[in-house]
Amino acid sequence: MLKENEINIGDTHTATLVEDLKRTQIVQYAGASGDYNPLHTDEIFTTQVAGYPSVFAHGMLSMGLTGTMLTDYVGDGALKKYGVRFTNQVWPGDTLKSTTTIVGIRDQDGERVVDLEVVTTNQNEVPVVTGNATAKIES
Amino acid sequence: MAVDKFLIEASHIMMFARSVGDSNPIYHDEEYAKSSELGGIIPPPTFAQSSAQFDPEYFLRPKVGGDGWFGSGKEATGSKPSSGSGGGGGAAMGLHAEQHFEYHLPVKAGDTLSATTKPGKAWEKESKRAGKLKFSESVTEYRNQNGELVITATGVGVQTERAVDS
Repeated sequence: MLKENEINIGDTHTATLVEDLKRTQIVQYAGASGDYNPLHTDEIFTTQVAGYPSVFAHGMLSMGLTGTMLTDYVGDGALKKYGVRFTNQVWPGDTLKSTTTIVGIRDQDGERVVDLEVVTTNQNEVPVVTGNATAKIES
Repeated sequence: MAVDKFLIEASHIMMFARSVGDSNPIYHDEEYAKSSELGGIIPPPTFAQSSAQFDPEYFLRPKVGGDGWFGSGKEATGSKPSSGSGGGGGAAMGLHAEQHFEYHLPVKAGDTLSATTKPGKAWEKESKRAGKLKFSESVTEYRNQNGELVITATGVGVQTERAVDS
């Protein structure tokens, strides 16, 4: 868990979430999450029927990958809140980098918490996930 | 979505964590997790989404036998969109626009959750990249075996008029 005397508003943490995203990782996520929408794993359906250039990642895979960066930073079991918007699709071959920034330190229900902004971008610096989170900290 | 029993199981957590690129031992190493402050294996923050596995009616999973599944087999689609349905046939489909989780109480491997979903707000917007967008919100409450609210998940889905331009 983050310690209050070691953090400041404006602090950031950045991590590379995935390099050259493989279709197989999307299949892995489909199997684990139970979301078998063919848009994510069925190239023939997605290109010939749905009209997309290729399969693309579940939004929830991008949110899950981003969550890994977040929990690596704030610690296990510390999140109180985590929410995102899916701003652009993530395609096989993409490399994703994510940054979280401390934007607030405050009390909530008798605990000390940090408010964080989160943004995940692809190799073209296009944001694919933007959001925010709140996490418990040690005072 | 209504799920009576969403079993929080260590092997499922391990597979889910792998799929989101997370090698943190809190998600797969029982000894490590037991000796941690949390006292056991916990699920990653977006794990609640996998309650779909426990929804008998979940529409994005092929039925046993594969009947009615709309993905490719011999043909590019298993269920043909009706002609003249408008909105670009198979391209008119749902995408995930937003997802929010609130964590009220800890969840651990060994817990059994239940989930109930109710509709939230709905709104429309015009977009250059995908035509008319119809947004709708759904709010899912997850309770543990003691009936305590543990997670609130709010999802926003969007129906696009056509495939999104990239």
